[in-house]
Amino acid sequence: MLEGEGVSKNFGGLAAVSNVDFHVDEGEIVGLIGPNGAGKTTLFNLISAALTTKQGVIKFKGEEITGLSPNQICKMGVARTFQAVKVFPNMPAITNVYIGAMFGTPSRVPSAEAARESEELLEFVGLSAAKAAPASDLTLANQKRVEVARALATKPELLMLDELMAGLNTTEITEAMEMVARIRDKGITIFMIEHVMKAIMGVCDRIMVLHHGVKIAEGTPQEIANNKTVVEVYLGE
Amino acid sequence: MISGIILVLLVTLPLYARGYTPILLTSIYMYIILSVSWAMFSGPTGYMSLATAAFFGVGIYTAAFLGNLVPLPIFMIAGGFFSAIVALLVGALTLRLRGIYFAIFTFGLVMLIPNLLIFWELHFTGTRGRFVVIYDYNTIYYAMLAIFVVMMVTVYFLRRSKWGLALQSIGENEEAAAHVGINTTMVKVLNYGLSAFFIGAAGAAIATRWTYVDPYIAFDAEISFLPVLMAIFGGMGQLYGPVIGAIIFTYLQEVLITRFSELYMLIFGIILVVAILYMPNGLIGVIQKLWARGFRRQHADA
Repeated sequence: MLEGEGVSKNFGGLAAVSNVDFHVDEGEIVGLIGPNGAGKTTLFNLISAALTTKQGVIKFKGEEITGLSPNQICKMGVARTFQAVKVFPNMPAITNVYIGAMFGTPSRVPSAEAARESEELLEFVGLSAAKAAPASDLTLANQKRVEVARALATKPELLMLDELMAGLNTTEITEAMEMVARIRDKGITIFMIEHVMKAIMGVCDRIMVLHHGVKIAEGTPQEIANNKTVVEVYLGE
Repeated sequence: MISGIILVLLVTLPLYARGYTPILLTSIYMYIILSVSWAMFSGPTGYMSLATAAFFGVGIYTAAFLGNLVPLPIFMIAGGFFSAIVALLVGALTLRLRGIYFAIFTFGLVMLIPNLLIFWELHFTGTRGRFVVIYDYNTIYYAMLAIFVVMMVTVYFLRRSKWGLALQSIGENEEAAAHVGINTTMVKVLNYGLSAFFIGAAGAAIATRWTYVDPYIAFDAEISFLPVLMAIFGGMGQLYGPVIGAIIFTYLQEVLITRFSELYMLIFGIILVVAILYMPNGLIGVIQKLWARGFRRQHADA
């Protein structure tokens, strides 16, 4: 569904992502892990066109998406959340989601339908009670849920979650994991960056490991947990 | 309903009010147009445009060039049209600039265009200024009223539309807006063009009151700043904020200039400083606060 070939991005002299090949198949939950500064978010930014690069090709459902703008990528069916939450702070939670429903799809959505979908999605992420509160008044965990609902409102086929669980407490992490599983059950493919090992090992079908911008391993959670290079990278030699 | 009554009063005003009132009201309409147009773009998006004087000046010069060739409504629309084109070009070039850089670039236009014009006039036409066709006060009054009404209706519906929501989301978080499918560049540039249209049309209309213009008269930097102050003073959260700000400021300006011409700028400045320090949400914000407090007290009594 999503594939990248030889994707690279340099910041000045630093190769943030270098020559990475990847693929995410339909219906999968793929995890992307790696130490801080490994280039995970940069790779997400390249896919969602927050950043552009001339090196490498990224395809979605067989069509090349490199060079498109973020709004076009969203309309093609790729939605994302952000590591540092980017809600619309002064707007009610429900409006955050409503904007996703109104603008995120290639066809026109009648406002009544968008409003109904927003209600449903807030309920789906468990935020119905807080729908009228300005997004900035919500806790971090809830702001992340708003982002997820907003991303889902754009009717994605692929959802990219950038550290959904960072900064959440144990209960919230369990809830978030359960939410990720429910999103997959809706038939949405998930590509997620995560630091919380318990979470990533628990929900992913396949995991990719980046280190210094290079893909050093890929496999099932079991394979990754037993991979010598990965263990070295994380724990030191 | 209330707006309907006000509109009827305003339309019939020249029939019963003579002399100074229509002239003052024309100025008030003009400043309302400038401040609401400025606020329709800069308010929701947070991009501080200081190009108002440039768009206004383009309108004035449209009147100077076309005033003798075509009737008033035509060159008014042409003035708006040319200003919008300038805004679209500038917008496409600069709206990727954020914060202070955008403000400075747009203000640069106010410096650049008059100097280009001076260069052109001195080298190719051999004149410095131009005479502008003259219309009587009532005609200008109606012209300005027409722009004002069309603009208010446009802004009213814009704020409630999908576009208004897109603009607002850009101000809230532009990156997120782009990632949920909003073509942020297009929304910003088109809205900038629309706001410049009204500013340019107002420039073309008011030029007919001035008889003579030169580039430095037409591109007066004050026109970039006053609408900003009026909008902030009135409060940008509501459609009526900039309107009220413009009415009060224009009236105040007239009174202060005529009564205390020496102290005018000083008093003006003090009011502004106080307003910005103590009324972060403008006059509208203060009124809403008082209203809410009165409302609460009523309920407490009951």
